[in-house]
Amino acid sequence: MAETERPPVQKEDSMLKQKAMINANYHALATAHERGAKVASTFVPGNLNELLMCFDLVRNLPETNALQNGLRKKSGKMIQEAERAGHSEDVCTYVKADLGMMLQGNIGPTGEQLPTPDVLLLSYTGCFTFMKWFELVRNEYDCETIMLHVPYQGDGVITPNMRNYVVKQLKESVIPTLERVSGIKFDIDRLRQHMKESAKAEDDLVWVLQSAKNRPSPIDAYFGGVYYIGPIFTAFRGTPEASEYYRLLRAEVAARMAEGRGPVTPEGDMSGERYRLVVEGPPNWTSFREFWKMFYDEGAVVVASTYTKVGGVYDFGFRHDPDNPLESLADYCLGCYTNLNLPTRVDMLCRYLEDYQADGLLINSIKSCNSFSAGQLLMLRQIEARSGKPGAFIESDLVDPRYFSPANVKNRLESYFQMIEQKRSGRGPAA
Amino acid sequence: MTVEHIVDRCQALFEDLRFTSVSDWKAEQPGRKAIGYMPIYVPCEIIHAAGMLPVGILGGGESLEVIQGDAYYQSYICRIPRSTVELGLTGRLDALDGMLFPSICDVIRNLSGMWTLLFPDKYARYFDVPQNFDDGIGGTYYLRELEILREDMGRIAGRDIEDDDLRASIAVYNENRRAIGRLYAFRAEQPWLAPTSEVYLVVRAGMVLPVEAHTRLVDDYIAAARASDRPLRDNCRIVLAGGFCEQPPLGLIKSIELAGCYVVNDDFMLSTRWLLEDVAVDGDPLDNLAQAFLHHSTATSAKYEPDKQAKGQFLCQQVADSGAEGVILVAPSFCDPALLDRPMLQRALDAAGIPYTAFKYAENSGQLQPIREQAGTFSDSIKLWSA
Repeated sequence: MAETERPPVQKEDSMLKQKAMINANYHALATAHERGAKVASTFVPGNLNELLMCFDLVRNLPETNALQNGLRKKSGKMIQEAERAGHSEDVCTYVKADLGMMLQGNIGPTGEQLPTPDVLLLSYTGCFTFMKWFELVRNEYDCETIMLHVPYQGDGVITPNMRNYVVKQLKESVIPTLERVSGIKFDIDRLRQHMKESAKAEDDLVWVLQSAKNRPSPIDAYFGGVYYIGPIFTAFRGTPEASEYYRLLRAEVAARMAEGRGPVTPEGDMSGERYRLVVEGPPNWTSFREFWKMFYDEGAVVVASTYTKVGGVYDFGFRHDPDNPLESLADYCLGCYTNLNLPTRVDMLCRYLEDYQADGLLINSIKSCNSFSAGQLLMLRQIEARSGKPGAFIESDLVDPRYFSPANVKNRLESYFQMIEQKRSGRGPAA
Repeated sequence: MTVEHIVDRCQALFEDLRFTSVSDWKAEQPGRKAIGYMPIYVPCEIIHAAGMLPVGILGGGESLEVIQGDAYYQSYICRIPRSTVELGLTGRLDALDGMLFPSICDVIRNLSGMWTLLFPDKYARYFDVPQNFDDGIGGTYYLRELEILREDMGRIAGRDIEDDDLRASIAVYNENRRAIGRLYAFRAEQPWLAPTSEVYLVVRAGMVLPVEAHTRLVDDYIAAARASDRPLRDNCRIVLAGGFCEQPPLGLIKSIELAGCYVVNDDFMLSTRWLLEDVAVDGDPLDNLAQAFLHHSTATSAKYEPDKQAKGQFLCQQVADSGAEGVILVAPSFCDPALLDRPMLQRALDAAGIPYTAFKYAENSGQLQPIREQAGTFSDSIKLWSA
C-alpha cells in the first residue's frame, strides 16, 4: 500500500501526551536563547537529566534528533551530506545524521532551528563512539565542555572504585562547570526532588514493561517499547510531566490487560498473539512502521527487549535514590545496558526468555553500533544452548535507509516464525 | 649480525601464528606463564614483574584463513576480532595463560566478554583506563585499577608482586622504550638505511620476545642498519597514522615505500611507545606508572583530548619533529577510533598546511596496487608542489 493510502495511525492518550511533550521540548530548545535560557547537549545513555534540571538547562539529545529525523525519513540526506564532508561510510550513522543536520542549518526534526548549546556534557557510557562524536560536535561550537567518563562493567559488577570515580567527577568537574555555565548554585535538595519524580516514573515504567508477562501481552516491548521509554530516557526523567505520562500509560495498559487486548499498533489493536519474542538490539528507524508491520501481521509480539534498557536498566530493581543522589546517578550511568559485559547481557536475555515465556530470541544487528553488535552472534549461540529456544539474526541500521533491506528481513523473519512452529510441533531442529 | 639475519629472525616471529617462541620460552623453565594483550596499551611492567611474558596479540594478519571467527561476527566490522577469535578457537593461543583487552573501542571491549564466554577456564580482563587525567580523579581511579591488575597477575603467577619487582620491571621497560626511541630517531634521520618494512618487523618482534632480548635486538638492528650500504632515494618523507590496532599486511607498508615514500614516523604497536618519557623508578611504582599514563602518554584516537585546540596537534608535531613532508592517514575498514578521528586530524593538518592522503585497509587486503598508485601520486605531488 502506498504511503498516502495508509489508514490514520491509531494513537492512545499517552502517545498524544508524549508527542506534545517532545514538541514542547523542541520548541523550548528553539526559543531558549530568546527566553534567556541556556542549553545543554548530552547523550541518552547515562544522561544526567535530573542534574541538568538543577541548573535550569534545556536539554538537547543528539541521538534523539537523529532517530526522530530517521522516523521522518530525513536522515538519509543528512548522512550523505556528512559523508560528502569527509566522514567515513563505515562509522555510526547517528553521528553522521547529527553532523549532516548541522551542515544543513541545524533544523531540528520538528522544523525549528536547534540552538547553539551553552554546554556540551558527554556522559561517556557504554559506547566509545560517543567520545568521538562529542569531539566532533565540540569542533563546531565555542562553548564549555564536560566529559564524564563512566567505566565499563568489564567484570560484570560495579566496584566501589568505579562508583567513586564517577562521583568524584560529578563533584569536582561536572557540577562546578554546570554552576559556572548556568550561574546557578547547585542545590542538592532540588536534585533529590527530581530523583523522587524519577523513581515514581521508573516504578510505572517497570510495571508497564512487565505487563508483557501476561498472555496476551498488552504491550509490544520493542516497537511499542520505544515510545514507552521516550520520556524517561530523554529530557523528561525527573519531571512531574514524566510521572504523569507514566501514570497515564500504566492506566491504559492496565485497561488493555483487564480487557484481554493485545498491543496497540499503528493499525489498531493486535489480536491473535502467535509468537512471543525477545529482541536484542536497537530498531531500524527509517522503515520503522514497515519493520513493525512484519511482526504484527504475523501475530508476533515482542515481550521484552534490551533496547528499552539502553538509557537505564530498571527492571532488576535499580531506582534513582534521592537519599544517595550522586552515588545513585553514578550507579545509573554504570548500569545502562551497553555498559554491561557480554556474560551479563547473556544472563539477562536468558532471564527474559524465561520470565516472559518467550518463544525465542531475535537479534537485530545494527551496522552503526558495535557497542551493541560486536559479539551478538556468540550471545545468540550461548542463549540458544542455555534456553533451548531458537534464535534468529537480522542486520539493518539505525538511520541509514541504505542498510534496510525489507525483502531480506521479511524472508528471515518468516523463516524464523516457521522455525518456531516446527519447534512447537516437535519437528524442528532446535532443541 | 647482519641486517638480513635480524630481519629474517623477526620475519619468522611475525609469521609464526602458533607463537612457538612463547611456548619455547615457557618450556625453558617449568611454571612460566604468558599473558596476551591486545592493542592499544597495557602496563606490561606489571606482567613482567610477576615473572610472566607479555605477548602482544595483533590479530591473524594476512596469512590466517578465518573460518570459525567469521561465524561470530556480523557483516560490518573490522577483521581483527574475527581473526583473533580464530586464533583462539584453533588453539594457536593455548600458550597464553590469560588475555587483557585494553580500552580502545567497543569491538575490543566486547571481545573481552566473548573471551570469557568462549574460554571460561582462562583469565580474561577488560583493562580500563581513565579518560579523566586529573591526578585526584582519574589518577585515583587508575591507581586502583593498577592494583587490581597487580593482584590478578600475582595470583596467576603464584606469587606476590613486590614493589622492587615492579621497579626493576619499570627500569627494563624504560630501556626498551629508549631503544625504540633510538630506532625511530635513526629511521627519521636516515630512512633509507632503516626502511619501515624492517623497522616494523623489529618492533613487532617485541610483541613476543622477552623485553630484555627485544631491547638487544633493537640495538643490534640499529648497529647493523647503520653499517649497511643502502642508496638514498629521492623519496618523500611521510608519517603514517591510524594503524594502531588492526595491522596492515606487510606488503602494504612495502607498497607505500616502493611508491616513493619514506615512512619517518608511525603509530604501529603504540604499546611500545605509549609512555613518552621514562617512568620514574624511585618511589611508589604503581603511582609512577599512573603518573606516566596521565601526564606523559601519547595522543591517539582511542584517548580523549580534553583541549579542543590540541586535537591533532600531536600528529602535526610528529610531522615537524621527524621532518616529514606529509601524512598518510590509514585506517582499517570499520575502525571507529581511526575513522571517526580522521576528519578532525585532517582539519588540524589543513590548518598546519601539511599535505595528506587517506585510505582504508584490512589485515588481509590483497589488492595493493591501488594503494601503491595512491601513495605514489601523493609522493609525486609532494615532490612537485611542496618544495
